[in-house]
Amino acid sequence: MKYIDEYRSADLAAKLAAEIRRVVTRPWVLMEVCGGQTHTIVKYGIDYLLPREVELVHGPGCPVCVTSLEMIDKAHAIARRPDVIFCSFGDMLRVPGSDSDLLILKSRGADIRVVYSPIDCLKIARANPGKKVVFFAIGFETTAPANAMSVWQAREQGITNFSVLVSHVLVPPAMEAILQSPNNRVQGLIGPGHVCTVMGCEEYEPIAARYHVPIVVTGFEPLDLLHGVLMTVQQLEAGRAEVENQYPRVVKREGNVAAKDLMQRVFEVCDRKWRGVGNIPQSGYRLRPEFHAHDAERIFQVELIATQESSICISGLVLRGAKKPHDCPAFGKECTPEHPLGATMVSAEGACAAYYAYGRHLQARPATREPELARP
Amino acid sequence: MNARVSISPEPPTNGEPAAPLFAACPLPISDHKEIVLAHGSGGKLTHRLIEKLILPQFHNELLDPLHDGAVFSLNGADVAFSTDSFVVNPIFFPGGDIGKLAVHGTVNDLAMCGAKPLYLSAAFILEEGLAMEDFWRVVQSMRQAAEEAGVLLVTGDTKVVDHGKGDQIFINTSGVGVVRAGVRIHPARAAVGDQIIVSGPIAMHGIAIMSVREGLEFETEITSDTAPLSGLVEVMLNAAPDLHVLRDPTRGGVTSALSEIAEQAGVGIWLDESRIPISEEVKGACEMLGLDPLYVANEGKLLALVAPADAARVLAAMRVHPLGEGAAVIGEVVAEHPRMVTMRTHVGGTRVVDMLSGEQLPRIC
Repeated sequence: MKYIDEYRSADLAAKLAAEIRRVVTRPWVLMEVCGGQTHTIVKYGIDYLLPREVELVHGPGCPVCVTSLEMIDKAHAIARRPDVIFCSFGDMLRVPGSDSDLLILKSRGADIRVVYSPIDCLKIARANPGKKVVFFAIGFETTAPANAMSVWQAREQGITNFSVLVSHVLVPPAMEAILQSPNNRVQGLIGPGHVCTVMGCEEYEPIAARYHVPIVVTGFEPLDLLHGVLMTVQQLEAGRAEVENQYPRVVKREGNVAAKDLMQRVFEVCDRKWRGVGNIPQSGYRLRPEFHAHDAERIFQVELIATQESSICISGLVLRGAKKPHDCPAFGKECTPEHPLGATMVSAEGACAAYYAYGRHLQARPATREPELARP
Repeated sequence: MNARVSISPEPPTNGEPAAPLFAACPLPISDHKEIVLAHGSGGKLTHRLIEKLILPQFHNELLDPLHDGAVFSLNGADVAFSTDSFVVNPIFFPGGDIGKLAVHGTVNDLAMCGAKPLYLSAAFILEEGLAMEDFWRVVQSMRQAAEEAGVLLVTGDTKVVDHGKGDQIFINTSGVGVVRAGVRIHPARAAVGDQIIVSGPIAMHGIAIMSVREGLEFETEITSDTAPLSGLVEVMLNAAPDLHVLRDPTRGGVTSALSEIAEQAGVGIWLDESRIPISEEVKGACEMLGLDPLYVANEGKLLALVAPADAARVLAAMRVHPLGEGAAVIGEVVAEHPRMVTMRTHVGGTRVVDMLSGEQLPRIC
């Protein structure tokens, strides 16, 4: 496929891996921030192509995983109501709250619909004037512009039966929380390419300087990740700590100005609780007061339900890059995608779920013998 | 083990005392208190449902292998028997409809036993309010599909349920066919060295359905691959009567089919991602929807596990058949990592390919 296959070439991957091996002189710990990058790394076995000196740890950038248990329970309380059509991105459906998930609620008769874009919810709201249509607006800065647009359009078009349950999270405060943590091992960051498509690279420059870490904004295809690793290792070996852009085919330094402007009009920054991590100050978005008519949390007056995370789960440490999924005694045993104990097992982009989906609970590092297929 | 036994006048029993009628549900309560859609996805939940709830109640040597159909001897002839239900929504989709699918599904299950399909039954569950014109189209389509596949519809049933209690139309078909002498196809026969052949580009049916459901439009329309595979199997058996395993990778896709075979035969399966045929359109749709084509359903493709000495002959025979033009060797049965499927990825890395627990859900970004 044009513009995709080019970034999955085995020859170029081998060349990039050889170059990484050539420049590395000592051990380095790199964190890929985004869950989509974790997914690609495990799906294509990219970490197995790297020299042993380069260790990849997985970051907090899975928006589904870090949505707090309280917020999930609020979503479930709203979705259960007979007057509600509850809309969500697909991978949010399996995420367990305290006692259920959206798929189970659906099986019990709740009207729960998967949408690809929040704008689709406006159509649903227009077609169902007797129902309250609620969209679960989660995600990092990547999904924020479309979510903001849905609220903006609802107000412009006078669609009063549409609201959003907002649980947006922001990357830079989470990054700083990791770098400040006393047991931090991360020496270089593979930056989140799609977040930066929206936000640009500028806000990462003070972080690189303050913590003296290289940040390389990187894409999501296998060659992007190998290239991002190479650029980060080159900086580390040279003692540099700069923001570099590996993904210029998509990311501009200033980001998407129109999208940022819309987000500013609709959202304001607030404190946010992250599942598995806890409260991080100024790390989320909520609706500005002028959009409270579309704020599901206010409309439905959802009571705060006290929640309790599993005590054996180490997802907080996994999200901060301090531990790997297979360091957890419950991984692949008590904790599986069907019965996740914690945040990182719930979405395809969570580190534990990615490790599980691609069989790392079955086999630590694969056998090297590979048959050569006959070419009849 | 071999699933073939001769039928005696007394139905075979599993040799254990009869179980009490209302035993406690054997699935742990923590699993699921209700049936959820994922129980029908062909992944791990489906398997658990069958293995924990159904199999222990009925187990016998014909059912236990959980093959696409059962093969047994009747008056000296080897007979294959299979059943399948169809609940697809929308009932009309690019490349087919629920009626065509219902005929092809059972014809293909029989073909995967190495049988020549002969007779079908059809049972319709119709929802009050279904347009007569739509039902007529479905019936016409079934007639045409049956003619093409060379099978006769010889018995059937119709039921109607209240409006809102069904989804327009559900169809069940069952079928019987005869297995030619000397053919012994069974998942447990997968042997180290066997070449794994797929009959053409994968994931077309699932993506065709998904694109209608999601209202997606592509430059070229993606059509379902639904087709009767009995003709293709016949030319394959002519080329090499000793095919080891055949499987049509329907729901759950290529991954689920190969995982089941690896599990049942206790062998490892190794795949080469770059050899797996996928059309550009399907690749594009999968990228856009965040789906892995290896888990997407096919309705007119088969996987064959063939001894290395036979592989070239079988592949050549397949490629001259219209349904096998795109056939390719995509992997091999290996002694390493028994009961596990691994794959060399496009970029040269390696990963395990495991069955999904439920349905693939579109990812957020």
